[in-house]
Amino acid sequence: MTTTESRPAHVVQDRPEASAPPDDAQLAAARKKAHRRKNSKNWSLFLLFAGPNILLILAFIYYPLAMNMYFSSLDWRLGAPRADPVGLANYERFFTSPSGLEVWRVTGIFTAGAVLGSMILGLLIALVLNKKIPGRTFARTAVFSPYVLSGVGVALVWMFIFDPQRGALMFILDRFGIEAPQWFLDPDANLLMVIIVYVWKNLGYCAVVFLAGLQSIPKDLLESATIDRAGPVRRFFSIVLPLLTPTVFFLLVTNIIFSMTNAFDILRVMTPTGNGTNTIIFEIYLQSFGQFNRAGYSAAIAVVLFFTLFIITAVQLRFVERKVHYQ
Amino acid sequence: MSTTTTPPQPWADPKPARRAKRRSSPEWTKAFSPRNLADTMLTGYLPILIALIIIVLPLVWMVSSSFKPVNEIVTLTPQLLPQDATTENYVTVDRRIPLMTVLQNSVIVTSVGSIIKVLLAITTAYALVFIRVPGANLIFLGILVALMVPPEVSMLPNFMTIEALGGRNTLWGIILPGLGTAFGTFLLRQHFKSLPKELFEAAELDGAGHFRKLFQIAVPVSLPAISTVSLVTIVNEWNSFLWPLIITDSRDRMTLPVALNQLRSVEDQVSSYGILMAGAVLVIVPMLIIFAMLQRYIVSGLTQGAVK
Repeated sequence: MTTTESRPAHVVQDRPEASAPPDDAQLAAARKKAHRRKNSKNWSLFLLFAGPNILLILAFIYYPLAMNMYFSSLDWRLGAPRADPVGLANYERFFTSPSGLEVWRVTGIFTAGAVLGSMILGLLIALVLNKKIPGRTFARTAVFSPYVLSGVGVALVWMFIFDPQRGALMFILDRFGIEAPQWFLDPDANLLMVIIVYVWKNLGYCAVVFLAGLQSIPKDLLESATIDRAGPVRRFFSIVLPLLTPTVFFLLVTNIIFSMTNAFDILRVMTPTGNGTNTIIFEIYLQSFGQFNRAGYSAAIAVVLFFTLFIITAVQLRFVERKVHYQ
Repeated sequence: MSTTTTPPQPWADPKPARRAKRRSSPEWTKAFSPRNLADTMLTGYLPILIALIIIVLPLVWMVSSSFKPVNEIVTLTPQLLPQDATTENYVTVDRRIPLMTVLQNSVIVTSVGSIIKVLLAITTAYALVFIRVPGANLIFLGILVALMVPPEVSMLPNFMTIEALGGRNTLWGIILPGLGTAFGTFLLRQHFKSLPKELFEAAELDGAGHFRKLFQIAVPVSLPAISTVSLVTIVNEWNSFLWPLIITDSRDRMTLPVALNQLRSVEDQVSSYGILMAGAVLVIVPMLIIFAMLQRYIVSGLTQGAVK
């Protein structure tokens, strides 16, 4: 056995009070000293293990956050040598100018459509997948799969489907005698189009989370309701939905956050310059790296987005805390 | 229905005949009764089938179209399967973008980025759980907040940092800003906290230091959780678009999604959709295969937090 040799010296040194029984004052002093030494030793170990990651997070997440707040007070074009301080003018512009208000409108519609669409369809699919039928594992996997696929690839596929000249959707709508909207030209049609693609990519996530929620509902509760002659609709609204509330709330919050932050690939590929699809993240990109190079304004929007997400998350954390308390 | 005239009586049996029949017949015949079959079809298979068609058909369409010659793309009578399959579209993709270089870039960025991120996540999570320092919770809170910051928010200052460091159009410039990992740290911290303390106490008595405890105990018993973090990281790195789009404009340094975005702006004719579908296949199918093989880990990682 080599354990005694390989045992580090600190194991013994850490507990000086164990070796001899000194008086109280000595003991306290020794404890303090040992504590301090252990602390500093722990700190250096901690930094060795976690330091690189913490440094990277500071350099590429927190530092940019701070810099954005500074940039947001400048009238500054990306690449320009000069920048003039303008105070809160960039924020004022984002909250009052027609183009700024348009971003809020588009973000609102996109978020509402994306969240409601994927949650309602996700719930419906989860209800079906919750039945014990053969092949449901495969169906669950298939339904979830678009969620892990490249947004760029997905956008390309759907561009072809939506194409007003040779798109599959045009042929299908034609068959039913419906005239297809002017995809890629009409701003409203564009917004509807990117919502549909986002919902397609996202609904599997909602379905799987809902399915987990459904499976945690106690079976005996549903059985006793069935014995009491409650029909499937009644069972859904009186038992399933109330017990599903935490899941619904969780999905609502995560979906709002995701739809505000994850849709960039689809928006950029399907509508490169943002014709009617300027949601807040897309606008941040377009303003600084699009044709305008308005870096100061872009930074102000980024700061607003950060605080919006911060508030949503804080509300969620509060709710979760309360739920835990009352259970 | 007569519910408007007579109050509903939930205790009265509305279908005595059916009930009696069910009681009398053996269990297995019920499963094949016409009523049950119809019920399963209408409320089970039919909706699932519709859902599967909506989810799977666009992907089938993508693969099929990528093998279609131009005249089958621009046709007014499109067929689901290519009548005269060709690999011409893939050859054209390779002609428009340096495909091998771009694929290689994507593989390097994904693998190097993922390996470093997972290692950092493991060591950070271990430190947060097992190395007692005052303020560790505060540091964890800081990491949680970082988890919330979308890449669009840090994009502009990071662009300036990396540009100043000379990282434009370099692979390290693509990899570096994304290395700080909040997601993996968060997931593995939760996992490490759930490990039984006795596991580590025995090793401590043997005089094992933190390195040995990490690599000989914590990592081996946490392989499923680490696989989850790794796979989710790989998927995200492979699909990553915004940052590589900003930091590269040289074709030899682009990752696959960025190159495909460029391909889209070059090939903007109706007849080009076959080429674009070939591009989409190249970026989508690798992840589809990985997902099909290892979906258990990926789903659990991506829905973490929802399912306790």
